[in-house]
Amino acid sequence: MRTAATRDGYGQALLELAENNRVVVLEADLGKSTKSLHFRKAHPDRTISCGIGEQNMLLVAAGLASSGYIPFASTFAIFTERAFEQMRNGVARPNLAVHLCGSHGGTHTGTDGSSAQSIEDLAIYRTLPNVTVLHPCDDVSTRLLTKQLAESKNPSYMRTARNKTPVLYDDTDPSTIQIGKGIELRNGSDVAIIACGVLVSEALKAADALSEKGIQATVIDMHTIKPLDSKLVDKVAARCGAIVTAEDHSVIGGLGGAVAEHLSASSCTPLERVGVHDRFGESGQADEMLELMELSAPHIAKAAERAIHRK
Amino acid sequence: MVSITATVSEIEELARRCRIEIVKMVHRAQAGHPGGSLSEIDLIAGLYSTSLRVRPDDPDWADRDRFILSKGHASPGMYALLAEKGFIRHEDLHSYRVLGGICQGHVDMKWCPGVDFSAGSLGMGLSFGMGCALAARIDGSERRAFVMLGDGEIQEGSIWEAAMAAAHHELGNLKVILDRNRIQNDDFCLEQMRMFDIPAKWKAFGWNVKEIDGHDMNEIVEGIKFLDASNDAPSILIAHTVKGKGVSFMEDNPSFHGAAPNDEQFALAMAELGAVE
Repeated sequence: MRTAATRDGYGQALLELAENNRVVVLEADLGKSTKSLHFRKAHPDRTISCGIGEQNMLLVAAGLASSGYIPFASTFAIFTERAFEQMRNGVARPNLAVHLCGSHGGTHTGTDGSSAQSIEDLAIYRTLPNVTVLHPCDDVSTRLLTKQLAESKNPSYMRTARNKTPVLYDDTDPSTIQIGKGIELRNGSDVAIIACGVLVSEALKAADALSEKGIQATVIDMHTIKPLDSKLVDKVAARCGAIVTAEDHSVIGGLGGAVAEHLSASSCTPLERVGVHDRFGESGQADEMLELMELSAPHIAKAAERAIHRK
Repeated sequence: MVSITATVSEIEELARRCRIEIVKMVHRAQAGHPGGSLSEIDLIAGLYSTSLRVRPDDPDWADRDRFILSKGHASPGMYALLAEKGFIRHEDLHSYRVLGGICQGHVDMKWCPGVDFSAGSLGMGLSFGMGCALAARIDGSERRAFVMLGDGEIQEGSIWEAAMAAAHHELGNLKVILDRNRIQNDDFCLEQMRMFDIPAKWKAFGWNVKEIDGHDMNEIVEGIKFLDASNDAPSILIAHTVKGKGVSFMEDNPSFHGAAPNDEQFALAMAELGAVE
Protein backbone atom coordinates (compact mmCIF):
# COMPACT_ATOMS: atom_id res chain seq x y z
CA MET A 1 0.00 0.00 0.00
CA ARG A 2 1.24 3.49 -0.85
CA THR A 3 2.15 5.70 2.09
CA ALA A 4 2.15 9.51 2.20
CA ALA A 5 1.89 12.39 4.64
CA THR A 6 -1.38 14.30 4.83
CA ARG A 7 0.53 17.59 4.68
CA ASP A 8 1.49 16.66 1.10
CA GLY A 9 -2.19 16.40 0.23
CA TYR A 10 -2.67 19.92 1.60
CA GLY A 11 0.19 21.27 -0.52
CA GLN A 12 -1.18 19.58 -3.63
CA ALA A 13 -4.67 20.95 -3.00
CA LEU A 14 -3.37 24.53 -2.72
CA LEU A 15 -1.68 24.15 -6.09
CA GLU A 16 -4.87 22.87 -7.64
CA LEU A 17 -6.88 25.68 -6.04
CA ALA A 18 -4.57 28.29 -7.55
CA GLU A 19 -6.70 28.53 -10.68
CA ASN A 20 -9.17 30.40 -8.48
CA ASN A 21 -7.50 33.81 -8.36
CA ARG A 22 -9.23 34.65 -5.05
CA VAL A 23 -7.18 31.99 -3.27
CA VAL A 24 -4.25 33.41 -1.30
CA VAL A 25 -1.74 31.63 0.91
CA LEU A 26 -0.19 32.87 4.14
CA GLU A 27 2.93 31.46 5.75
CA ALA A 28 4.73 31.94 9.05
CA ASP A 29 8.17 30.66 8.09
CA LEU A 30 7.07 27.03 7.92
CA GLY A 31 5.91 26.75 4.32
CA LYS A 32 8.53 24.11 3.61
CA SER A 33 7.04 22.02 6.39
CA THR A 34 3.32 22.62 5.91
CA LYS A 35 3.82 22.23 2.14
CA SER A 36 2.44 25.59 1.10
CA LEU A 37 5.83 26.14 -0.51
CA HIS A 38 4.60 24.61 -3.79
CA PHE A 39 1.97 27.34 -4.06
CA ARG A 40 4.57 29.96 -3.16
CA LYS A 41 6.86 28.83 -5.96
CA ALA A 42 4.09 28.88 -8.53
CA HIS A 43 2.27 32.00 -7.27
CA PRO A 44 4.57 34.28 -5.24
CA ASP A 45 2.24 37.22 -5.93
CA ARG A 46 -0.51 35.52 -3.96
CA THR A 47 1.66 34.18 -1.15
CA ILE A 48 2.20 36.34 1.92
CA SER A 49 5.10 35.78 4.26
CA CYS A 50 4.17 36.79 7.78
CA GLY A 51 7.52 35.88 9.24
CA ILE A 52 7.48 34.11 12.57
CA GLY A 53 4.32 35.88 13.66
CA GLU A 54 1.23 33.72 13.92
CA GLN A 55 -1.03 36.25 15.62
CA ASN A 56 -0.51 38.73 12.82
CA MET A 57 -0.95 36.01 10.18
CA LEU A 58 -4.42 35.04 11.36
CA LEU A 59 -5.71 38.60 11.24
CA VAL A 60 -4.03 39.49 7.96
CA ALA A 61 -5.93 36.48 6.65
CA ALA A 62 -9.11 37.87 8.21
CA GLY A 63 -8.58 41.21 6.49
CA LEU A 64 -8.08 39.46 3.17
CA ALA A 65 -11.21 37.38 3.70
CA SER A 66 -13.22 40.54 4.47
CA SER A 67 -12.03 41.89 1.12
CA GLY A 68 -13.26 38.89 -0.85
CA TYR A 69 -10.21 36.64 -0.84
CA ILE A 70 -10.05 32.98 0.25
CA PRO A 71 -7.05 32.75 2.55
CA PHE A 72 -5.29 29.53 3.47
CA ALA A 73 -2.88 30.05 6.37
CA SER A 74 -0.67 27.34 7.78
CA THR A 75 1.92 26.68 10.42
CA PHE A 76 2.57 23.88 12.88
CA ALA A 77 -0.58 22.85 14.77
CA ILE A 78 1.05 23.82 18.03
CA PHE A 79 1.86 27.34 16.83
CA THR A 80 -1.64 27.99 15.55
CA GLU A 81 -2.62 27.85 19.20
CA ARG A 82 -0.59 30.97 19.91
CA ALA A 83 -3.12 32.82 17.76
CA PHE A 84 -6.15 31.19 19.35
CA GLU A 85 -7.69 34.45 20.47
CA GLN A 86 -7.14 35.95 17.03
CA MET A 87 -8.96 32.92 15.60
CA ARG A 88 -11.71 33.38 18.17
CA ASN A 89 -12.25 37.13 18.05
CA GLY A 90 -10.95 38.09 14.63
CA VAL A 91 -12.00 35.11 12.50
CA ALA A 92 -14.72 32.96 14.10
CA ARG A 93 -16.73 35.80 15.64
CA PRO A 94 -17.18 37.79 12.41
CA ASN A 95 -17.40 34.41 10.59
CA LEU A 96 -14.72 35.23 8.04
CA ALA A 97 -13.82 32.22 5.88
CA VAL A 98 -10.16 31.92 6.84
CA HIS A 99 -8.80 28.40 6.49
CA LEU A 100 -6.16 27.57 9.06
CA CYS A 101 -4.08 24.44 8.68
CA GLY A 102 -1.99 23.08 11.53
CA SER A 103 0.55 20.58 10.32
CA HIS A 104 2.70 18.29 12.45
CA GLY A 105 -0.20 17.63 14.81
CA GLY A 106 -0.22 14.98 17.50
CA THR A 107 2.45 12.90 19.18
CA HIS A 108 3.01 11.15 15.82
CA THR A 109 5.08 14.22 14.94
CA GLY A 110 7.85 12.48 16.78
CA THR A 111 11.34 13.42 17.74
CA ASP A 112 10.88 17.19 18.08
CA GLY A 113 9.32 16.24 21.39
CA SER A 114 6.47 17.52 23.49
CA SER A 115 6.81 21.22 22.60
CA ALA A 116 5.87 20.39 18.99
CA GLN A 117 3.25 17.73 19.67
CA SER A 118 -0.13 19.45 19.73
CA ILE A 119 -2.58 17.23 21.58
CA GLU A 120 -5.24 19.86 22.20
CA ASP A 121 -5.76 21.65 18.88
CA LEU A 122 -8.92 19.80 17.86
CA ALA A 123 -10.44 20.44 21.27
CA ILE A 124 -9.84 24.16 21.39
CA TYR A 125 -10.98 24.94 17.84
CA ARG A 126 -14.05 22.75 18.31
CA THR A 127 -15.29 25.14 20.99
CA LEU A 128 -15.51 28.05 18.54
CA PRO A 129 -18.87 28.82 16.91
CA ASN A 130 -18.81 28.83 13.08
CA VAL A 131 -15.54 26.88 12.81
CA THR A 132 -15.33 23.60 10.88
CA VAL A 133 -12.70 21.22 12.31
CA LEU A 134 -11.07 18.55 10.16
CA HIS A 135 -8.43 15.90 10.66
CA PRO A 136 -8.12 13.70 7.56
CA CYS A 137 -6.30 10.38 7.50
CA ASP A 138 -4.51 10.30 4.15
CA ASP A 139 -3.22 12.58 1.45
CA VAL A 140 -6.10 11.86 -0.93
CA SER A 141 -8.81 12.88 1.52
CA THR A 142 -6.74 15.83 2.71
CA ARG A 143 -6.48 17.08 -0.86
CA LEU A 144 -10.20 16.65 -1.54
CA LEU A 145 -11.34 18.19 1.75
CA THR A 146 -8.96 21.15 1.42
CA LYS A 147 -10.40 21.86 -2.02
CA GLN A 148 -13.92 21.74 -0.60
CA LEU A 149 -12.95 24.28 2.05
CA ALA A 150 -12.41 26.86 -0.67
CA GLU A 151 -16.16 26.70 -1.33
CA SER A 152 -17.09 27.03 2.34
CA LYS A 153 -18.56 30.20 3.81
CA ASN A 154 -17.18 29.35 7.26
CA PRO A 155 -13.71 29.44 8.74
CA SER A 156 -11.97 26.16 9.37
CA TYR A 157 -9.16 24.45 11.17
CA MET A 158 -7.56 21.38 9.60
CA ARG A 159 -4.88 19.31 11.26
CA THR A 160 -2.41 17.49 9.05
CA ALA A 161 0.40 15.16 10.05
CA ARG A 162 4.11 15.31 9.47
CA ASN A 163 4.79 11.60 8.92
CA LYS A 164 3.62 9.15 6.33
CA THR A 165 0.66 6.86 6.89
CA PRO A 166 -1.07 4.36 4.58
CA VAL A 167 -3.10 5.89 1.75
CA LEU A 168 -6.64 4.55 2.01
CA TYR A 169 -8.48 6.36 -0.75
CA ASP A 170 -6.46 5.96 -3.93
CA ASP A 171 -9.24 3.95 -5.53
CA THR A 172 -12.18 5.67 -3.90
CA ASP A 173 -14.88 7.68 -5.64
CA PRO A 174 -13.96 11.26 -4.67
CA SER A 175 -17.63 12.18 -4.26
CA THR A 176 -17.82 9.92 -1.18
CA ILE A 177 -15.40 12.20 0.69
CA GLN A 178 -17.38 15.19 1.91
CA ILE A 179 -16.95 17.65 4.79
CA GLY A 180 -19.26 16.60 7.61
CA LYS A 181 -19.76 13.01 6.43
CA GLY A 182 -17.95 10.18 8.21
CA ILE A 183 -16.80 7.33 5.99
CA GLU A 184 -17.65 3.74 6.88
CA LEU A 185 -14.54 1.80 5.95
CA ARG A 186 -15.61 -1.52 7.43
CA ASN A 187 -19.00 -2.81 8.45
CA GLY A 188 -19.28 -5.03 11.53
CA SER A 189 -21.95 -5.39 14.19
CA ASP A 190 -20.06 -6.05 17.43
CA VAL A 191 -18.30 -2.73 18.00
CA ALA A 192 -17.75 0.52 16.11
CA ILE A 193 -14.32 2.16 16.05
CA ILE A 194 -14.59 5.84 15.19
CA ALA A 195 -11.15 7.19 14.35
CA CYS A 196 -9.52 10.23 12.78
CA GLY A 197 -6.17 11.14 11.31
CA VAL A 198 -3.20 8.87 11.74
CA LEU A 199 -5.20 6.42 13.85
CA VAL A 200 -7.62 5.44 11.08
CA SER A 201 -5.16 2.95 9.64
CA GLU A 202 -4.43 1.71 13.16
CA ALA A 203 -8.17 1.21 13.64
CA LEU A 204 -8.28 -0.94 10.49
CA LYS A 205 -5.43 -3.05 11.83
CA ALA A 206 -7.27 -3.38 15.12
CA ALA A 207 -10.38 -4.53 13.23
CA ASP A 208 -8.30 -7.21 11.50
CA ALA A 209 -7.00 -8.43 14.85
CA LEU A 210 -10.49 -8.42 16.36
CA SER A 211 -11.82 -10.35 13.37
CA GLU A 212 -9.36 -13.15 14.11
CA LYS A 213 -11.03 -13.40 17.51
CA GLY A 214 -14.47 -13.54 15.93
CA ILE A 215 -15.31 -9.92 16.73
CA GLN A 216 -16.65 -7.94 13.79
CA ALA A 217 -15.87 -4.24 14.02
CA THR A 218 -17.22 -1.28 12.13
CA VAL A 219 -14.50 1.26 11.31
CA ILE A 220 -15.31 4.88 10.59
CA ASP A 221 -13.01 7.61 9.33
CA MET A 222 -14.46 10.64 11.12
CA HIS A 223 -12.35 13.22 9.30
CA THR A 224 -14.74 16.01 10.31
CA ILE A 225 -14.70 16.54 14.05
CA LYS A 226 -17.08 19.49 13.75
CA PRO A 227 -19.80 19.43 12.64
CA LEU A 228 -19.86 15.86 13.93
CA ASP A 229 -21.70 13.36 11.75
CA SER A 230 -24.03 12.52 14.62
CA LYS A 231 -26.44 10.58 12.40
CA LEU A 232 -23.67 8.17 11.58
CA VAL A 233 -22.70 7.92 15.25
CA ASP A 234 -26.30 7.10 16.13
CA LYS A 235 -26.51 4.56 13.32
CA VAL A 236 -23.44 2.61 14.39
CA ALA A 237 -24.34 2.96 18.06
CA ALA A 238 -27.66 1.26 17.32
CA ARG A 239 -26.04 -1.42 15.21
CA CYS A 240 -23.04 -2.24 17.39
CA GLY A 241 -24.03 -1.21 20.92
CA ALA A 242 -20.41 -0.38 21.78
CA ILE A 243 -18.14 2.39 20.52
CA VAL A 244 -14.41 3.17 20.60
CA THR A 245 -12.96 6.50 19.55
CA ALA A 246 -9.32 6.70 18.47
CA GLU A 247 -7.27 9.85 17.96
CA ASP A 248 -3.71 11.07 18.37
CA HIS A 249 -5.01 13.85 20.62
CA SER A 250 -6.04 14.31 24.21
CA VAL A 251 -9.01 12.21 25.27
CA ILE A 252 -10.35 15.52 26.58
CA GLY A 253 -12.36 17.51 24.10
CA GLY A 254 -11.39 16.11 20.71
CA LEU A 255 -13.11 13.36 18.71
CA GLY A 256 -13.65 11.29 21.84
CA GLY A 257 -15.04 14.28 23.63
CA ALA A 258 -17.35 15.13 20.74
CA VAL A 259 -18.69 11.59 20.49
CA ALA A 260 -19.09 11.36 24.29
CA GLU A 261 -21.03 14.62 24.35
CA HIS A 262 -23.32 13.37 21.63
CA LEU A 263 -23.90 9.91 23.13
CA SER A 264 -24.60 11.33 26.57
CA ALA A 265 -27.62 13.08 25.06
CA SER A 266 -28.80 10.18 22.90
CA SER A 267 -28.23 6.47 23.44
CA CYS A 268 -25.63 6.38 26.25
CA THR A 269 -23.89 3.58 24.34
CA PRO A 270 -20.75 2.29 26.12
CA LEU A 271 -17.78 4.30 24.89
CA GLU A 272 -14.04 3.77 25.29
CA ARG A 273 -11.77 6.62 24.26
CA VAL A 274 -8.33 5.87 22.87
CA GLY A 275 -6.20 8.98 22.96
CA VAL A 276 -3.55 10.79 24.95
CA HIS A 277 -4.46 10.52 28.62
CA ASP A 278 -3.91 14.00 30.01
CA ARG A 279 -0.15 14.02 29.72
CA PHE A 280 2.54 15.48 27.47
CA GLY A 281 4.66 13.50 25.04
CA GLU A 282 8.41 13.29 24.57
CA SER A 283 10.95 12.71 21.81
CA GLY A 284 10.46 9.46 19.94
CA GLN A 285 9.80 8.02 16.51
CA ALA A 286 6.19 8.14 15.30
CA ASP A 287 5.60 4.42 15.87
CA GLU A 288 7.30 4.59 19.25
CA MET A 289 5.03 7.46 20.27
CA LEU A 290 1.89 5.54 19.29
CA GLU A 291 3.08 2.71 21.54
CA LEU A 292 4.10 4.96 24.43
CA MET A 293 0.80 6.81 24.34
CA GLU A 294 -1.16 3.56 23.95
CA LEU A 295 -2.69 4.63 20.64
CA SER A 296 -1.62 1.80 18.33
CA ALA A 297 -3.77 -1.01 16.92
CA PRO A 298 -3.38 -3.43 19.87
CA HIS A 299 -4.52 -0.71 22.27
CA ILE A 300 -7.52 0.09 20.08
CA ALA A 301 -8.41 -3.62 19.93
CA LYS A 302 -8.20 -3.89 23.73
CA ALA A 303 -10.43 -0.85 24.09
CA ALA A 304 -12.92 -2.49 21.72
CA GLU A 305 -13.08 -5.55 23.92
CA ARG A 306 -13.60 -3.37 26.98
CA ALA A 307 -16.44 -1.54 25.26
CA ILE A 308 -18.08 -4.83 24.23
CA HIS A 309 -17.77 -6.11 27.80
CA ARG A 310 -19.72 -3.07 29.03
CA LYS A 311 -22.73 -3.74 26.79
CA MET B 1 -6.06 62.35 -3.11
CA VAL B 2 -7.33 64.65 -0.39
CA SER B 3 -10.47 66.44 -1.32
CA ILE B 4 -11.36 68.85 1.40
CA THR B 5 -15.12 68.81 1.35
CA ALA B 6 -15.54 70.68 4.60
CA THR B 7 -13.92 73.70 6.16
CA VAL B 8 -11.95 73.37 9.37
CA SER B 9 -14.69 75.11 11.31
CA GLU B 10 -17.30 72.80 9.85
CA ILE B 11 -15.27 69.77 10.95
CA GLU B 12 -14.84 71.27 14.41
CA GLU B 13 -18.59 71.72 14.62
CA LEU B 14 -19.12 68.12 13.49
CA ALA B 15 -16.76 66.94 16.25
CA ARG B 16 -18.63 69.03 18.82
CA ARG B 17 -21.93 67.44 17.86
CA CYS B 18 -20.32 64.01 18.05
CA ARG B 19 -19.01 64.80 21.54
CA ILE B 20 -22.54 65.53 22.69
CA GLU B 21 -23.74 62.20 21.30
CA ILE B 22 -20.82 60.35 22.89
CA VAL B 23 -21.66 61.63 26.35
CA LYS B 24 -25.37 61.02 25.80
CA MET B 25 -24.76 57.42 24.74
CA VAL B 26 -22.58 56.59 27.70
CA HIS B 27 -24.94 58.35 30.10
CA ARG B 28 -27.98 56.51 28.73
CA ALA B 29 -26.22 53.14 28.90
CA GLN B 30 -24.57 53.98 32.24
CA ALA B 31 -21.60 52.12 30.84
CA GLY B 32 -19.02 52.49 28.11
CA HIS B 33 -15.86 54.40 27.32
CA PRO B 34 -16.21 58.17 27.09
CA GLY B 35 -12.55 59.14 27.62
CA GLY B 36 -11.08 57.49 24.53
CA SER B 37 -14.09 58.44 22.44
CA LEU B 38 -13.62 62.11 23.28
CA SER B 39 -9.87 61.95 22.61
CA GLU B 40 -10.26 60.31 19.20
CA ILE B 41 -13.25 62.16 17.83
CA ASP B 42 -11.48 65.17 16.28
CA LEU B 43 -9.28 62.74 14.35
CA ILE B 44 -12.14 60.59 13.14
CA ALA B 45 -14.21 63.62 12.19
CA GLY B 46 -11.21 65.01 10.29
CA LEU B 47 -10.62 61.78 8.44
CA TYR B 48 -14.22 61.22 7.39
CA SER B 49 -14.56 64.85 6.32
CA THR B 50 -11.48 64.93 4.13
CA SER B 51 -9.72 61.87 2.79
CA LEU B 52 -11.76 58.77 3.52
CA ARG B 53 -13.55 57.48 0.45
CA VAL B 54 -16.74 55.86 1.68
CA ARG B 55 -20.40 55.95 0.70
CA PRO B 56 -22.94 56.30 3.51
CA ASP B 57 -25.70 55.04 1.18
CA ASP B 58 -23.57 52.05 0.12
CA PRO B 59 -21.52 51.09 3.18
CA ASP B 60 -20.40 47.77 1.66
CA TRP B 61 -19.05 49.38 -1.53
CA ALA B 62 -16.21 46.99 -2.36
CA ASP B 63 -13.71 49.65 -3.34
CA ARG B 64 -14.22 51.89 -0.30
CA ASP B 65 -11.35 52.90 1.92
CA ARG B 66 -11.43 50.88 5.13
CA PHE B 67 -11.56 52.51 8.54
CA ILE B 68 -10.64 50.12 11.30
CA LEU B 69 -11.22 51.28 14.86
CA SER B 70 -8.81 48.93 16.56
CA LYS B 71 -9.44 50.54 19.94
CA GLY B 72 -12.97 49.22 19.58
CA HIS B 73 -14.09 50.10 23.09
CA ALA B 74 -14.10 53.74 21.98
CA SER B 75 -17.16 52.87 19.93
CA PRO B 76 -19.37 55.83 20.95
CA GLY B 77 -17.06 58.08 18.94
CA MET B 78 -17.47 55.97 15.85
CA TYR B 79 -21.22 55.52 16.24
CA ALA B 80 -21.69 59.26 16.69
CA LEU B 81 -19.72 59.93 13.52
CA LEU B 82 -21.59 57.23 11.57
CA ALA B 83 -24.87 58.82 12.61
CA GLU B 84 -23.71 62.33 11.68
CA LYS B 85 -22.54 61.05 8.27
CA GLY B 86 -25.76 59.13 7.62
CA PHE B 87 -24.51 55.55 7.77
CA ILE B 88 -26.92 54.93 10.62
CA ARG B 89 -29.82 56.91 12.09
CA HIS B 90 -29.50 59.08 15.15
CA GLU B 91 -32.13 56.94 16.87
CA ASP B 92 -29.80 53.96 16.38
CA LEU B 93 -27.50 55.58 18.93
CA HIS B 94 -30.10 54.68 21.53
CA SER B 95 -29.27 51.01 20.87
CA TYR B 96 -25.76 51.39 22.28
CA ARG B 97 -25.17 48.44 24.64
CA VAL B 98 -28.86 47.49 24.42
CA LEU B 99 -29.87 43.90 23.66
CA GLY B 100 -30.34 43.47 19.92
CA GLY B 101 -28.98 46.94 19.16
CA ILE B 102 -26.73 47.60 16.17
CA CYS B 103 -24.46 49.70 18.39
CA GLN B 104 -22.79 46.83 20.24
CA GLY B 105 -20.54 47.63 23.18
CA HIS B 106 -17.51 47.34 20.93
CA VAL B 107 -17.74 48.11 17.21
CA ASP B 108 -18.80 45.04 15.25
CA MET B 109 -18.84 44.66 11.46
CA LYS B 110 -21.64 42.10 11.65
CA TRP B 111 -23.95 44.47 13.46
CA CYS B 112 -23.40 48.01 12.30
CA PRO B 113 -23.29 49.51 8.78
CA GLY B 114 -20.06 51.38 8.15
CA VAL B 115 -18.02 49.30 10.57
CA ASP B 116 -15.24 47.39 8.81
CA PHE B 117 -13.81 45.39 11.70
CA SER B 118 -15.16 43.58 14.73
CA ALA B 119 -12.98 45.00 17.47
CA GLY B 120 -12.97 44.74 21.23
CA SER B 121 -9.76 42.83 21.81
CA LEU B 122 -6.80 45.20 21.63
CA GLY B 123 -3.88 44.75 19.27
CA MET B 124 -5.84 43.18 16.42
CA GLY B 125 -6.86 45.97 14.07
CA LEU B 126 -3.47 46.69 12.57
CA SER B 127 -3.06 43.12 11.34
CA PHE B 128 -6.59 43.15 9.93
CA GLY B 129 -5.87 46.46 8.22
CA MET B 130 -2.73 44.97 6.75
CA GLY B 131 -4.87 42.21 5.24
CA CYS B 132 -7.21 44.81 3.75
CA ALA B 133 -4.23 46.73 2.34
CA LEU B 134 -2.77 43.57 0.80
CA ALA B 135 -6.13 42.73 -0.74
CA ALA B 136 -6.27 46.20 -2.30
CA ARG B 137 -2.80 45.74 -3.71
CA ILE B 138 -3.58 42.32 -5.20
CA ASP B 139 -6.78 43.77 -6.64
CA GLY B 140 -4.82 46.61 -8.20
CA SER B 141 -7.10 49.04 -6.36
CA GLU B 142 -6.24 52.51 -5.05
CA ARG B 143 -8.22 51.98 -1.87
CA ARG B 144 -6.46 52.40 1.46
CA ALA B 145 -6.80 50.96 4.95
CA PHE B 146 -6.83 53.45 7.83
CA VAL B 147 -6.38 52.03 11.33
CA MET B 148 -6.98 53.91 14.56
CA LEU B 149 -4.85 52.61 17.43
CA GLY B 150 -4.83 53.61 21.06
CA ASP B 151 -1.54 54.27 22.77
CA GLY B 152 -2.10 51.73 25.53
CA GLU B 153 -2.96 49.26 22.79
CA ILE B 154 0.53 49.30 21.33
CA GLN B 155 1.71 47.49 24.44
CA GLU B 156 0.28 44.38 22.77
CA GLY B 157 3.08 42.38 21.14
CA SER B 158 1.03 41.53 18.07
CA ILE B 159 1.02 45.22 17.11
CA TRP B 160 4.74 44.93 16.50
CA GLU B 161 4.38 41.74 14.50
CA ALA B 162 2.06 43.71 12.25
CA ALA B 163 4.27 46.81 12.21
CA MET B 164 7.23 44.75 11.05
CA ALA B 165 5.24 42.79 8.48
CA ALA B 166 3.54 45.86 6.97
CA ALA B 167 6.88 47.57 6.43
CA HIS B 168 8.37 44.37 5.00
CA HIS B 169 5.58 44.27 2.46
CA GLU B 170 5.97 48.01 1.76
CA LEU B 171 2.28 48.64 2.29
CA GLY B 172 2.07 52.31 1.50
CA ASN B 173 -1.71 52.00 1.44
CA LEU B 174 -1.79 51.21 5.16
CA LYS B 175 -2.24 54.34 7.31
CA VAL B 176 -2.37 54.49 11.07
CA ILE B 177 -3.60 57.20 13.39
CA LEU B 178 -2.40 56.75 16.96
CA ASP B 179 -4.58 58.34 19.63
CA ARG B 180 -1.85 59.26 22.10
CA ASN B 181 -4.05 60.17 25.06
CA ARG B 182 -1.56 58.87 27.67
CA ILE B 183 -4.17 57.05 29.74
CA GLN B 184 -5.15 53.39 29.73
CA ASN B 185 -7.69 51.37 31.69
CA ASP B 186 -6.14 51.29 35.13
CA ASP B 187 -4.08 54.46 35.16
CA PHE B 188 -1.73 56.73 33.22
CA CYS B 189 0.42 54.84 30.68
CA LEU B 190 3.48 56.15 32.49
CA GLU B 191 2.41 54.16 35.53
CA GLN B 192 1.21 51.03 33.73
CA MET B 193 3.88 50.57 31.07
CA ARG B 194 6.28 53.23 29.93
CA MET B 195 6.61 53.19 26.16
CA PHE B 196 9.63 55.45 25.84
CA ASP B 197 10.21 56.96 22.40
CA ILE B 198 7.12 55.94 20.43
CA PRO B 199 7.98 57.83 17.20
CA ALA B 200 11.46 56.31 17.20
CA LYS B 201 9.99 52.84 17.55
CA TRP B 202 7.80 53.25 14.46
CA LYS B 203 10.64 54.83 12.49
CA ALA B 204 12.87 51.92 13.43
CA PHE B 205 10.22 49.54 12.14
CA GLY B 206 10.35 51.27 8.76
CA TRP B 207 7.31 53.53 8.98
CA ASN B 208 6.81 57.14 7.94
CA VAL B 209 6.03 59.09 11.09
CA LYS B 210 4.47 62.49 11.81
CA GLU B 211 3.35 63.97 15.11
CA ILE B 212 0.50 66.44 15.52
CA ASP B 213 -1.75 68.02 18.10
CA GLY B 214 -4.77 65.72 17.81
CA HIS B 215 -7.22 68.46 18.78
CA ASP B 216 -6.02 71.19 16.40
CA MET B 217 -8.12 70.69 13.29
CA ASN B 218 -5.67 72.53 11.05
CA GLU B 219 -2.92 70.17 12.19
CA ILE B 220 -5.23 67.18 11.79
CA VAL B 221 -6.00 68.11 8.19
CA GLU B 222 -2.28 68.58 7.51
CA GLY B 223 -1.59 65.23 9.18
CA ILE B 224 -4.14 63.46 7.01
CA LYS B 225 -2.51 65.06 3.96
CA PHE B 226 0.77 63.55 5.16
CA LEU B 227 -0.85 60.11 5.38
CA ASP B 228 -2.33 60.50 1.92
CA ALA B 229 0.97 61.51 0.40
CA SER B 230 3.07 58.78 2.01
CA ASN B 231 2.76 55.84 -0.30
CA ASP B 232 6.22 54.31 -0.29
CA ALA B 233 5.82 52.67 3.12
CA PRO B 234 3.18 52.40 5.82
CA SER B 235 2.62 55.64 7.68
CA ILE B 236 1.59 56.65 11.15
CA LEU B 237 0.20 59.91 12.44
CA ILE B 238 0.92 60.16 16.15
CA ALA B 239 -1.75 62.47 17.47
CA HIS B 240 -1.18 63.94 20.93
CA THR B 241 -4.57 64.10 22.54
CA VAL B 242 -6.26 64.61 25.87
CA LYS B 243 -8.37 61.79 27.22
CA GLY B 244 -11.90 63.03 27.83
CA LYS B 245 -11.27 66.18 25.74
CA GLY B 246 -14.11 68.69 25.87
CA VAL B 247 -15.63 67.71 29.21
CA SER B 248 -13.71 69.37 32.03
CA PHE B 249 -14.04 66.70 34.69
CA MET B 250 -13.19 63.90 32.25
CA GLU B 251 -10.11 65.54 30.81
CA ASP B 252 -6.89 63.73 31.66
CA ASN B 253 -8.81 61.71 34.23
CA PRO B 254 -8.19 57.94 34.25
CA SER B 255 -11.51 57.45 36.07
CA PHE B 256 -13.38 58.24 32.86
CA HIS B 257 -11.67 55.66 30.68
CA GLY B 258 -14.59 53.34 31.21
CA ALA B 259 -17.16 55.01 33.41
CA ALA B 260 -20.41 56.84 32.80
CA PRO B 261 -21.29 60.27 34.18
CA ASN B 262 -24.09 60.53 36.72
CA ASP B 263 -27.05 62.86 36.07
CA GLU B 264 -25.38 65.87 37.62
CA GLN B 265 -22.15 65.33 35.71
CA PHE B 266 -24.15 64.74 32.56
CA ALA B 267 -25.88 68.09 32.87
CA LEU B 268 -22.55 69.80 33.37
CA ALA B 269 -21.07 68.04 30.34
CA MET B 270 -24.00 69.05 28.16
CA ALA B 271 -23.59 72.64 29.22
CA GLU B 272 -19.88 72.62 28.51
CA LEU B 273 -20.43 71.11 25.06
CA GLY B 274 -23.11 73.64 24.22
CA ALA B 275 -25.89 71.13 23.86
CA VAL B 276 -29.27 72.72 23.19
CA GLU B 277 -32.34 70.94 24.50
